[in-house]
Amino acid sequence: MAKLTIDDLKKIKEEYKATFTLREGGYRAKITVHMGTCGIAAGARNVMNALVDEMAKTDSKDVIVTTSGCAGFCSKEPMATVELLGQAPVKYWALSDEKIRKIFQEHVREGKVVEEYALVTGNETAY
Amino acid sequence: MANYRANLMMCGGTGCIASGSLKVREALLEELRKHKLENEMNVVLTGCNGFCAEGPIMTVYPDGIFYEKLTAADVPLIVEEHLLKGRPVEKLMYKEPEKKSAVPVMKDIPFFNLQVLRALRNKGLIDPEKIEEYIARDGYQAAAKALTEMAPEDIIREVKDSGLRGRGGAGFPTGLKWELCSRVPGQLKYILCNGDEGDPGAFMDRSIMEADPHVVLEGMIIGAKAIGASKGYIYVRAEYPLAVQRLRLAIEQAKAYGLLGENILGTGFNLDIEIYLGAGAFVCGEETALMRSLEGKRGMPIPRPPFPAVQGLWKKPTVLNNVETYANIPPIILHGAPWYKSLGTEKSTGTKVFALTGAVNNIGLIEVPMGIPLRNVIYDIGGGIKKGRKFKAVQLGGPSGGCIPEHLLDIPVTYEDIVQTGAIVGSGGMVVIDDSNCMVSLAKFFLEFTTDESCGKCPPCRIGTKVLHGKLEDICAGRGQEGDIELLQDLCYDTINTSLCGLGQTAPNPILSTIKYFRDEYESHIKEGWCKAGVCRPLSTFYIETETCKGCGACARACPQKAISGEKKKPHVINQELCIKCRSCYETCKFGSLKVGPGRLRDELIARAKENELKGVEQA
Repeated sequence: MAKLTIDDLKKIKEEYKATFTLREGGYRAKITVHMGTCGIAAGARNVMNALVDEMAKTDSKDVIVTTSGCAGFCSKEPMATVELLGQAPVKYWALSDEKIRKIFQEHVREGKVVEEYALVTGNETAY
Repeated sequence: MANYRANLMMCGGTGCIASGSLKVREALLEELRKHKLENEMNVVLTGCNGFCAEGPIMTVYPDGIFYEKLTAADVPLIVEEHLLKGRPVEKLMYKEPEKKSAVPVMKDIPFFNLQVLRALRNKGLIDPEKIEEYIARDGYQAAAKALTEMAPEDIIREVKDSGLRGRGGAGFPTGLKWELCSRVPGQLKYILCNGDEGDPGAFMDRSIMEADPHVVLEGMIIGAKAIGASKGYIYVRAEYPLAVQRLRLAIEQAKAYGLLGENILGTGFNLDIEIYLGAGAFVCGEETALMRSLEGKRGMPIPRPPFPAVQGLWKKPTVLNNVETYANIPPIILHGAPWYKSLGTEKSTGTKVFALTGAVNNIGLIEVPMGIPLRNVIYDIGGGIKKGRKFKAVQLGGPSGGCIPEHLLDIPVTYEDIVQTGAIVGSGGMVVIDDSNCMVSLAKFFLEFTTDESCGKCPPCRIGTKVLHGKLEDICAGRGQEGDIELLQDLCYDTINTSLCGLGQTAPNPILSTIKYFRDEYESHIKEGWCKAGVCRPLSTFYIETETCKGCGACARACPQKAISGEKKKPHVINQELCIKCRSCYETCKFGSLKVGPGRLRDELIARAKENELKGVEQA
């Protein structure tokens, strides 16, 4: 890989913003599984596997599945955040294989928030 | 019968008539006549529609448009727009109250809305294994700024002005530390990151390293430029495998992009960073011990001065900062010192990350502005005490800190205010303790930890912690004597005053602060042989209060010894000879009928039970 210059940094920033702002990436939904030590200990890997399985089964090309670290609410792990284009992200908690499949079907594919598993919606205050 | 184009169903129920539907009807008929619509529109007065609160109401068929709270003044508009032109008047139509989603919004929940994320700004947002996602969130922009636009003095000034204090525990101003080191001449300097987080119950640094490893690297690049270092080490304990794995990957990616190594971003600045795995010794969180460990020696502290800024790792000028401190550096460089100071208090600026744990409902990693009252952290963010129990104290600063009791909960969370109470902010461990805990046992727990973790180099710490722990064991086992509290205090001060490093100098703090706020517990242990929380087994006897016991049988079911018996709906009794004091019954009872008496009560109860048995035999 070539060494970066400061201009390259800016280019990467613009390019990868797409994974945060769904609109620019042409994606319809993004699912983030929180995989810090606390999440993994609580079973985040099973959740991730189930999700990958659902993605393959449904051949979803407009959905991003990604991982990230601890969401900060360790006692509610495993957690995942689902963000649909143009909507506030929804955090789900105490997930399992079955729960994430239901969320994938109902929220990601049909656009209906699975209220019984949802913890909170919205963005945290940064800065 | 005339064929009407539309039917206007005007409610003529009592409710709507009372709110004026007849007047509206008259106005309507008149208006229809005016527009010569009286033969096309049929005005019907109906019975009560049931929606009286929104009256007068009218439904227009065939479209089924539902108008509410009508007045005569609204009529011309409806006739003109809706009936003549076919455009229903939206502002008069009934609106379904917005369906409240069952999912709460973050801004309505204290756990989220009291937090401000700075050090944790990327937590849960980016994929820690993709450098590009970090870059997309302004990552390495601060490093670029520091390397191209700022001289070392500029960086140091910005960090000094921000008021940032070391987040590892001591709270030493970061900018000052950098300035001291930058003034020391030397070709080779080191920049180190302390990821040897050792306090029981603390996991701030681990979470940052796992969730946002690049921020640590970026903070170190900026620090390296400020002091003139070209080599860096991140000291992480091997018990943090995920953090190590992600940091490794982050370093590889940064190197591949030329963000580490030689000629970073084409600026001519060089910095190489390596990870060093520690074995997880608590003392290696102390800076001089950490450096010895890095050199491959046994992790033991050395006396200061010389300070590491002058003679640190391999006797070269060295700066060591904590993970969270580094996480604060990039935003300070990007947004400036005034921005950073806009949160917090004069002497404790910005935000602090805490690992909130223990007896609170919401356990997690939180970041709050400095100066927030402790009570808000525990009751609003933490959601109060688990299982409806009573708050007893909160332990801050782990084994080096102290506890803060209920009556001091309104103090703001700042370095200065917390120190006043005898605790310390420390690295950010916040363990909430409820009334089922014994404070003497708590102090004993921490001393057991520090006794184990004392490196053994200096006798005051090696022997002092051991003796203190032994004394606490004696008290918890019922071997306490009059004068023990004073003896403990003396020993504490001796250990603090004579120990070589921070470990020994702070290890007695848990004892001093529990004596300060919970002296009565020490006294009841020593004088009455009574551990009122029922934790120290030799000093407690569990019994059921006959007056309040409902006879629900929950305790009997919980008892592993089957020591509890009694008829349904009648007071139960514990067979003291079988009881092993495991507390299961005490924690199960919903009626507060399980009581803790002093240790000697057990023998009395056994004797009484025997007496009753004998009486029963005699009577038979």
